[in-house]
Order: sequence, then C-alpha cells, then structure tokens
Amino acid sequence: MPGLASALVWGSGQLLNRQAGKAAFFFAFYAALIGWEVGSGNYYAGMDFTPRSNGGFFVKGLWGLFTLGTQPRQMTVTGLTEGDNSIVLMANGLIALLTLALMAVVWIWNIRDAVGYRRRLEAGAPRETTRQYLRRIWDGAFAYIVLSPGLVLIVFMSVLPVLFGILVAFTDYNRDNLPPKNLVHWVGFENFATIFAVPSWTATFIGVLGWTFVWAILATATTYAAGFLQAVLLANRKVKYPRVWRSVFLLPWAVPGIVSALVFRSMFNGQFGPISQWLVDVGLTDERIYWFTDPSHPNLARAVALLVNLWLGFPFFMALVGGVLTNIPDSYYEAARMDGAGPLQQLRHITFPVVHRTVSPLLILAFVSNFNNFGVIYFLTQGGPDNADYRFAGSTDLLITWLFNLTLDNRLYNIGAVMSMLIFVIVGTISVWNLNRSKAIREL
Amino acid sequence: MTATLEATGRARAARKRRHRPPRGERVASAFLHLELLVVAVIVVFPLMWIVGASFSPGTGLANASPIPEDATLDHYVSLFTETDYGRWYLNSLYVATLNMVGSVVLSALCGYVFSRIKFRGRKAGLLGILILQMFPTFLTAIAVYMLFLNFGLLDSLTGLALVSIAAALPYNTWLMKGYTDNLPASLDEAAAIDGASRWTIFMKIVLPLMRPMLTFVAITQFTMPWMDFILPALLLQSPEKQTVALGLFAMIEDVYQNAFTTFAAGAVILAVPITILYIVLQRYLVTGASAGAEKG
Repeated sequence: MPGLASALVWGSGQLLNRQAGKAAFFFAFYAALIGWEVGSGNYYAGMDFTPRSNGGFFVKGLWGLFTLGTQPRQMTVTGLTEGDNSIVLMANGLIALLTLALMAVVWIWNIRDAVGYRRRLEAGAPRETTRQYLRRIWDGAFAYIVLSPGLVLIVFMSVLPVLFGILVAFTDYNRDNLPPKNLVHWVGFENFATIFAVPSWTATFIGVLGWTFVWAILATATTYAAGFLQAVLLANRKVKYPRVWRSVFLLPWAVPGIVSALVFRSMFNGQFGPISQWLVDVGLTDERIYWFTDPSHPNLARAVALLVNLWLGFPFFMALVGGVLTNIPDSYYEAARMDGAGPLQQLRHITFPVVHRTVSPLLILAFVSNFNNFGVIYFLTQGGPDNADYRFAGSTDLLITWLFNLTLDNRLYNIGAVMSMLIFVIVGTISVWNLNRSKAIREL
Repeated sequence: MTATLEATGRARAARKRRHRPPRGERVASAFLHLELLVVAVIVVFPLMWIVGASFSPGTGLANASPIPEDATLDHYVSLFTETDYGRWYLNSLYVATLNMVGSVVLSALCGYVFSRIKFRGRKAGLLGILILQMFPTFLTAIAVYMLFLNFGLLDSLTGLALVSIAAALPYNTWLMKGYTDNLPASLDEAAAIDGASRWTIFMKIVLPLMRPMLTFVAITQFTMPWMDFILPALLLQSPEKQTVALGLFAMIEDVYQNAFTTFAAGAVILAVPITILYIVLQRYLVTGASAGAEKG
C-alpha cells in the first residue's frame, strides 16, 4: 500500500509510514520534476495540446528526440520563420532523458524504501526516525557526495557527447543538411550502408584501415625493439657515464611531441628542407625529394613517418626496459655463466623473457595509442601525399586523421560519427581482450 | 634513481676487479660507444637544428642552420612583438593549470572512494569508467564540438579545460584507485578505530601516501594542454583565444615557410620548460606509466 502510494505521489508512502522528514525529501524531487516541466512548458494556453508548442522541458525534449523537429525554417511575407533546430532538439532531448533516468533512480529508491520499511515494521522492527535513517546511510552517502562532482562532469562532458555521437551516426546531419536552415532526419543504418556499399567509400575505408593496422604494428614493434636494444647496451658494464647517455637518449621523449613532429616536418620539407638539399649537395639524388607530397611514392612517406615515430618512441621503451633490467637479480646471470651460457644466450633466455613478461601489457597499450596516433601523422604529413583513389584521405592518413578531416574540414558529421563508432569497436575489442588477461578486472 | 646508482656502483666495482681488460673487450667497448654516439647524434641533431634555426638570421626555412654564424635574438623579440605568442602562452598556462588542479583533486577523491569504500553501484561505476576510458578522447571531442556549436559555448578556455578534465578523469581515477589499492589498509583502519572521520582519514593519511601518483597525474595533466591540438582546434576559434600549439601550427602551415625562424623560437620556448620537467621528474613519469598498464 505505501509502495503504491509512493509510486504515484513520491513521498506519500513515507507519510503513511509516518516518516515526515523522508516524505518531504522525496516529495521535493517530485515537486521539482513537475514544477520544471510545467514551468518551462505552456500548459495554460487553452488551445489544442501539442508537444512542440506546449510541452515543457521533458515532454518537448522527448518529442524533439523522436521527431528531430517538424517545422523547417521558411521564407514568408513577414520574413524568416523560426524553424526547429534539429540538433538543439536532439541534445535537449538527451539531457531530458538523462535527467529522467537519474530521477527514476530516486523514484525506485522511494518505492523500495516505503515498501521495505513497512514490511520491517510489520515484522516487529522498532520505529526509525528520519534522523536515525540519515545517520545509518551516511557511510554510503559519503561515497556518493564525494563522487558527485566528478560524476556530473563525466555525465555532461563525456557520456552525453558519446551518446550524442552515437545518435548522429543514424541521421543525415552533414554539410548538405545543416540546421537551423534544414531539418535533420533519422535515417537508420543508411550511413553504415554508405560506407560499406558505395565503392569509393569502401575502398578508402579498407585502404586506410589496412594502413592503420600496418602502422600500429610496425610503430609498436620498431620502438620496442630499438628501446630494448638501447636499454640492454646501456646496462652493459663497459659503458662509461651511463646516466649521461641515458639522459641524452631520453630527450625525444621529454620534448613535446608536437614540437618534434613539426621540426621533422620542416626538415623533410621537399622544397626548402635541409635533408632534400643535403642529398642533392652530396650527390646521392639528382633532384629534391618531395617526401610527403609526391603521390607516386606513398611508401616513401610511410617509411619516413615510421622512422620519425621510431625517433619519438624508442626512449620511452628504453626507460621502461631499463627499469626492469636493474631489477633482475645478478644471481640469474651468475648461474647462467656457471652453466657456460654466453652473453647472447643470457640475453635470450634470461633478459628477454623477464622483460617481456613485464612490458607486454604496455605493448598492447602502445599498439592502441599508435592506432590512434593523431599527432605524428597529422603534424608530419597531414595525411599526404594525396591519393586519387581515396575520399578525403591521403596515403598516410590513419583512421583518426581521416575522421578529423571528415568532421572539421568537410563537415560530414554523420559519416564521421559512423567512423568513430567503428574505431571504438576495434579499439574496444583489443582493450577488452587485453584486460581479460590482466588481473585488474578480476580484482574489481 | 637509486637503482641506476646501484647499477653504476656495480659497474665501477666490476671495472676495478679487472685492471687491464683483454684486447677483445676493448674492441667490444669501442663498438659499444660508437653505437651510443651514433644514436646520440641522431637524437640530438634535429633538436640542435631547431635551436640553431631560432638564432639564425633571416626568416625562411632555407636560412636555418644548426650552428648559425652570426647568431641573433631577433626572432625571440619579434615573437613577442609581432605575433600573439605571449597571449597564446598565457592561454595555455591558464588551461594547463586549471586542468592540472581539477584532474588531481577529482581523480584523487574518486580513486580513494572507489578503492576504500564499499557502496552500491561501485562495481558498475568502475566498469563504466573502464569503458569510457577506451573511448579515444578525440571521438568525444567531435561530439562536444557539435554540442558546443549548437549551444553557442564555443571559444571558451574554461570550457576547454573542463572537457579536458572530463576526458582524462576515467583513466586518472583508475590509476589512483590502483595505487590506493596497494597502500596498506591497516593504517586507515587504525585511524577509524581512533574515531577519525572518513574525510580526516583521506586528508591526513591516504593523500600524503598517494604523492607519487599525484605527482604523475599533475605533470601529465599540466603538460598535456601545451601539446594538445585536437580539442583546442575544435573548440577555440577567435585569434585571442588560441593556445601555443595552435599558434605554432598556424605559423608553420604557411607553404612558403616565411616565418620559420620565428616558429623555431616559439618551439624552443615551448619545449625547454617541459623538457626540463620531464628529465628531472623522469622517475615518477616512467613508474606512473607502467602502473597504468598493469591496472588496465
């Protein structure tokens, strides 16, 4: 009985249970919800009720989310009419939906509390005042209070945009159809169909995806191998001043990535850059090499990008592996020497397995970050050289830089949103697989 | 650091043991140092070139040389008199400071709560941030751009900082939680028996112990906005709201490379403080990064 009452009017069940404080608490949420809806709506206009003109924040929000607006902007004798802005409607609808979801949590809490308390009373439990109740739940509440600023920030700056991005993938929101001039419509899976059915899109997607994988694998493998080699060499007892060398080798890691990438971009500039000039001066090439802009040599641009990435990336692995090496006990090596193992055998059977076991989760992480390595490609080559077979992409473009071009330069928001989802699926699968192997998930 | 010291100590002891190394070892040692030298040259040359370029007379890329003959400070002067570099620098500093403070405070609080308090929704929350953390920040950035565009919120440095904090919060929370999990729980239990409130336990006991991870989050979140390009490129538009990264990129995008030496000066001013910070605090940064991998 109190449960039913609470379900209809929040807090009334608590009132029946004679817990006035709690009743007021829940009723305040109820009143705020109704007040917000009525206050922001237009319920006393006296005409036929339509969500578009009369609905408050929640009713109009949900209506907007479903229809994305019905009245386009029109030219009339009195000038431009105010049409519906589909994207604002969609965003407001999402905010309304998220707020309602949070309110639903309070609603369920309120019903369960009313039912549960009555049941305990009937079972003979003593009465509990609101004050006692608050004290009882304080420990749990501490967690929620402390988490709430972070939660609000994440809900509005991460969760909301993510949901919004997913929704855009199912609309026709792009440069040919921009609100507030035009209405945006739901188109279902049409954008996905476009990418997989229109040949030029499919070719670009497959081509860019393939290169992204090649890039991510080679970039991770080369930086790891070079970092490992440098770390092992530095750990050698014959090296003089190992700390000085180490600090020098760490420089590419310490210098901001954007600066290094832009510096390399200038060094490899075809027209004015010093490297092309030097090759001509020395006589190795007859004319200047256009490293990143010559469409007939896409693989040259790719190779140079990988080399630059090697320069940028090896110090991090060197530092990591170096840390692991100092923790391998000397006794391992001494035992190996007693058994007559040479330096190479020690490297292969002791150093490599120990290091690899520690570093392998980081390799997956490095793979994922190389997969989304916007900085190196965008700053170094800007996706170039041009590729005539691709749509809005060059030969060195990764999925992420292609996505950037689609969205910012070409305003194909819907195709961009589809791409985002595809990248998430790929990255998410790899990450989940990696997590499953680690202990973090089991310790949750 | 202590580990490195130990290693050098060991190396010195080893050298003392053998007074005259045999010939083969000397050759090996020479090759070893040759390799190190070659790598060092490859590492240092581009950096020297950009520093040299910033002192080179002339403006174009072709004028740049690693060791300029008649060095000049002109480009550093014109950077502040002819471009908005000073303003970009202050903008970046503002975003970086806000991002650092916000990230450290929020992730420390969230990490502590997730690690030490059992509450309903804890597991769901942890799984939720784990999934959010897999979303490359860039993907949310585009949606944030579309939202801000339609609500007229673009072009705000504070907005940019808030988006950056939110984007990094799941990962940082996860790091802090992982680190706090490894701190001995007996300390807080003892304090709780003595009647300390949860807040006191957090401020007086857990927070000081979290210091290495706090340092890690603080450095990474302070340096990130200086190098970040995507979010500011999407969210900032007016010339007086640009950050250093955006301004430098615009300078070098000019096809004729007419402002190259000025760009070089700007790049040096941006790079030097961050480089020093990284080299000095490398121990925290490397251990922090590997802790992140262990915890997912």
